[in-house]
Amino acid sequence: MSRVLLIADHDGKTLNTGIARTVACARQLGNVHVAVFHAPDGDAPCAAAAKLDGVSRVLSVRHEANGAPLAAVLAPQIARLAAEHEGGYDYVLAPSTTFGKDVLPRVAALLGVPQVSDLMEVIDARTFKRPIYAGNVITTVKVPEGIPVLATVRIASFQAVGEAGEAPIVAAQAEAELPTHSRYLGLAESGGSDRPDLQSAPRVVAGGRGVGSKENFEIIFKLADRIGAAVGASRAAVDAGYVPNDMQVGQTGKIIAPDLYIAIGISGAIQHMTGIKDAGCIVAINKDGDAPIFEAADFGLVGDLFTLLPELEKALDAAG
Amino acid sequence: MKILVGIKRVIDYNVRVQVNREGTGVVKDGVKMSINPFDEIAVEEALRMKERGEAEEVVVVSVGPEAAQQQLRTALAMGADRAVLYQAEEEIQPLAAARALLQIVQAEDAGLVLLGKQAIDDDANQVGQMLAALWDRPQATFVSKLERSGDTLKAMREVDAGLENIEVDLPAVVTVDLRLNEPRFVKMPDIMKAKRKPLDIKPFAELGVEMPPQLEVGAHEPPPKRQGGTKVESVAALVQALKDKGVL
Repeated sequence: MSRVLLIADHDGKTLNTGIARTVACARQLGNVHVAVFHAPDGDAPCAAAAKLDGVSRVLSVRHEANGAPLAAVLAPQIARLAAEHEGGYDYVLAPSTTFGKDVLPRVAALLGVPQVSDLMEVIDARTFKRPIYAGNVITTVKVPEGIPVLATVRIASFQAVGEAGEAPIVAAQAEAELPTHSRYLGLAESGGSDRPDLQSAPRVVAGGRGVGSKENFEIIFKLADRIGAAVGASRAAVDAGYVPNDMQVGQTGKIIAPDLYIAIGISGAIQHMTGIKDAGCIVAINKDGDAPIFEAADFGLVGDLFTLLPELEKALDAAG
Repeated sequence: MKILVGIKRVIDYNVRVQVNREGTGVVKDGVKMSINPFDEIAVEEALRMKERGEAEEVVVVSVGPEAAQQQLRTALAMGADRAVLYQAEEEIQPLAAARALLQIVQAEDAGLVLLGKQAIDDDANQVGQMLAALWDRPQATFVSKLERSGDTLKAMREVDAGLENIEVDLPAVVTVDLRLNEPRFVKMPDIMKAKRKPLDIKPFAELGVEMPPQLEVGAHEPPPKRQGGTKVESVAALVQALKDKGVL
């Protein structure tokens, strides 16, 4: 059976929710080992990874330098594991999060192999589908024989695996010469809210330029809290400074697949639609009845959001 | 310090891209081509650094078809000092592009390489990271703010968790995100002036790149279409519809 090395994305405390989806892809390809690179006091994500169905082993790679997600520090270690750990791996996967996108090409270059970005479907052991042109075209690519397959996995394309697993956690060594030319200074700004995580929430309410201001965005937060949803935004709303960048949904923001997505005051630029087309149900509320978002929305409601949203909350209260 | 900016000729971002009839690629005939928008931001940032006295020279390079001269001329009109095109009519995949850039970076003795975080055609998002690995230098990807102080750069990166700061030693590779800056408009006199700036065209083979294994690119197809388009008349109808669908 093929051997798959999956690089965990985590913050030292929790495992990124995209890993459960990446495992769903990885287990179609072979026996899955999840590698968690962490600082001595940051091994909690190992236990979370061990619970994921389809994971056969968790490799805990402990090092003082691994407390920060620096590609230049992690890539040589990943390349070492990929090439040499118990004879090496046939696949090296990472989620298409900003972490995975940052680190995996660096690994690919060290190994001298191409990378498949945003793998969305497995056709066979070496053939995959991936989106190009902001998702307007799907292309099929084949990795030549005789080299390991490196890929970032488009997490919205896969359903998360369950958490009934009990994989063993084993310490692994990935000795490599680590550079000192890159230093992590920390997060400058983060959502840091108590609301559900945008990338994994089953419900998302998002606002666009139509919301009009930072203050007005409260109306979006209010509806989201009413239905227990995460909050997202279009690029226009982020560019206008209504909300921080980590809330951006779309091609250059987060690509998500909630069961319910409510887009408010969002016109539906192609780049935004790329980020939500895997959603179960899309609702659009916009005063422009010709906005492109309505073409893709399961249910569209034309009208002024400042009138409709309070009505919607009332209707939800009445419906219980 | 010399800044090297890599640019790619791509289909303009306003064009609605379509798969060709054979399903072997996309329609490119008569389609407007432009500098990859992320690369344009990289050019702008390089020029601003030069204007602040943080760099002496801005060199733009492209690896691509002969027609990519147009995009290099645009970058010269924006204010870059000179341009080099390594002409290759065949598709150059990211690892080969990174190996090519390594040769150029070393020949030019560049202190900073600025690239777009991804090209909007293949959306690979790989070249900067690969170049940094091959060059054995730092990478700062998805950057939305960049400050130089002496031999270090402080970069703010747009990451899933928000904004992250890192510090890297020069020389380094930086890939830029959309909010880093707004590229300047090119004025007519600048276009005229750009015609007199040096633009060298050299064969790609001159770089002596050892070609790595390549992905075999097969069928192209449009994405599955979402069945949407239903409108409801009222909030009450919306709530009912969502309840019927089982999502509320």
